[in-house]
Amino acid sequence: MSARRSRSERAGRAALIGFSALVFAFLVLPILAVIPLSLNPTTFLVFPEGEFSLRWYRTLAGSPQWTHAFGNSLKIAVATTLIATPLGTLAAIGLAYMRSRAKTAIVAMITAPLVVPVVVVAIAFYFLFAPLGLVNGSLGLIVAHTALAVPFVVIVVHAALRGLDTELLRAAASLGAPPLVVLLRVLIPLIAPGVAAGAVFAFMTSFDETTVALFIAGPEQRTLPIQMFEGVREQISPAIAAAATLLIIASTLLLGAAELLRRRGEGRRPGSAAPDIGA
Amino acid sequence: MAENRSKLPRLRRWWSVALVAPLLLFLLASFVAPVLMMLSRAVIDRDLERVWPDSAAALRQWDGAGAPPDALAATVAREINAARQAGTLNQAANRLNYDMVGSRSLLYATADRLAAGTPGASVADLARIDPRWGQPGIWAAMRHADGPLTRHYLLAALDRRLNADDRIVTVPAEQAVFANIYLRTFKISAIVALLCAALGYPVAYLLASLPERKANPLLILVLLPFWTSALVRTAAWAVLLQTNGVVNKALQAVGLIDAPLQLIYNRLGVYIAMTHVLLPFFILPLYGVMKGIAPTAMRAASSLGAPPLRAFLTVYLPQTLPGVGAGAIIVFTLALGYYVTPALVGGGGDQMISASIAFYTNQSLNWGMAAALSLLLLLPLLLMIFAGRTMVRTVPA
Repeated sequence: MSARRSRSERAGRAALIGFSALVFAFLVLPILAVIPLSLNPTTFLVFPEGEFSLRWYRTLAGSPQWTHAFGNSLKIAVATTLIATPLGTLAAIGLAYMRSRAKTAIVAMITAPLVVPVVVVAIAFYFLFAPLGLVNGSLGLIVAHTALAVPFVVIVVHAALRGLDTELLRAAASLGAPPLVVLLRVLIPLIAPGVAAGAVFAFMTSFDETTVALFIAGPEQRTLPIQMFEGVREQISPAIAAAATLLIIASTLLLGAAELLRRRGEGRRPGSAAPDIGA
Repeated sequence: MAENRSKLPRLRRWWSVALVAPLLLFLLASFVAPVLMMLSRAVIDRDLERVWPDSAAALRQWDGAGAPPDALAATVAREINAARQAGTLNQAANRLNYDMVGSRSLLYATADRLAAGTPGASVADLARIDPRWGQPGIWAAMRHADGPLTRHYLLAALDRRLNADDRIVTVPAEQAVFANIYLRTFKISAIVALLCAALGYPVAYLLASLPERKANPLLILVLLPFWTSALVRTAAWAVLLQTNGVVNKALQAVGLIDAPLQLIYNRLGVYIAMTHVLLPFFILPLYGVMKGIAPTAMRAASSLGAPPLRAFLTVYLPQTLPGVGAGAIIVFTLALGYYVTPALVGGGGDQMISASIAFYTNQSLNWGMAAALSLLLLLPLLLMIFAGRTMVRTVPA
């Protein structure tokens, strides 16, 4: 009896592992498969046979469209990070101190940009910016990306604050430090890993953002995702695979680092913050 | 110490408000206000009023029954002429054309004749220019657009319109497109959510049942796609699923198929890519819930003699349902608003409502229509979020 059950249990376990392995393959292989395709010396989208080439990376580096788009994305993402990180960090600290009933409403408003479909956000910005002449300008994109990125900063920093030893703040205050000094000299250094993680999430949110950019960016603000989107629409060449590879490497390194920082900051298991709610 | 504690709350209230205020002001100005302003365009209609202020006021005075008064016709004729000279006739013409096709050419032809000196002091005068002025259609269209509120866009987004008698009627079948697109959007989102549940539940279960030492490396396999942008992953699928792409080549090499399959620019491509993009959003919250379930209950069930399947179905599964619900709602709601993935891997018949919104925003510049479609996309979403209350608690945090 018990032997048979354990046999069926073992079969069940094997089926579970087998099925999960297929799902893991489905999740990861498509991303990894792009990398060898980009090292292909020919114009075909096949795996290189014996010979690897950086031809398509040189194509990207030599194309003014791609380099211009990269520069734009970098500029907009840096500006977004510089605005979203302090705004979000201060708000997260404020929320952690807040006891009022308004807190629920405030949190709902701060996280609303994550919940409202990106298309709706995108056309809202289009309607706002078109009469103001901000469509076709970097400022509009920076403002829009900041609104989309700031919830991640608040969430990550807020989580870091939960793991904070508040006795340290009390000790500083009881030794006579005024609140501003406690904030700047004690609190912020303690949550620095969380703030850094939030900044990286903000950067990647802007760097990867496609839909809003497609709606409100003009030809001069063409970002990397727009360039990529149109490349996929028009003609899929190994250059797309090369661009995708670069973006995969960038986001893996940056967000992997952010995840480590975040975990160090709050001492929790991985995988609860959302870096990309996509398009 | 006690003194400090009594001081802190007073400081706290001050500080907390001061610290949160900058972000709240920023979001109010840059997010809440634009979204509300945009949505309001679904019901607020001032296009006609802006170009023809006197006519709009006169139209609001008129009860719409029978023939329009001659004074109204004279006002309209005067403002058609004035708008033609000011170069704003286009706005009124576009707006009326949404309600009654042909209004554009009617207005421009009328404006030319009026400018040439043809009298326009009464309905009969106008009807001599074009017999359509003697019919109720154009007057009804103007009355529907007299502002400041309109039902036109919301009705149109539901494939309905107001006829000349102000009754709500269904538009002709060949113009009725939105009901289909909404149904398609909800169907694709629901199927993607189901696929994510079917693929994600066993994976979350496996991850939660392993010790962290073993689970953490596997978790990276879920986090890697999670970290990679949706656009890049969609592009990866577009590369792989081409007619001459790796997947087709591999299937042919293995001998499973003779000719390449059409795997992309159709519904199959949309399901594959969207499931791939959204699967981590199902696995991660469910994994969080499963980690919080005490394994003792399962052990108790099996020690009491329940076979594994029965113990799973009666003890474990019910406890994970909140996580399944949360993950499914997250996937479903994110899928509803997706634009990039269906645009890149779908065919013409696979576009979701976001594509229609994009069309009215960028191409036809009919912002009232874009706003009405957005409102109808947002409403079911908000209902789900408020009903479930799960989204806010699970997505962030």
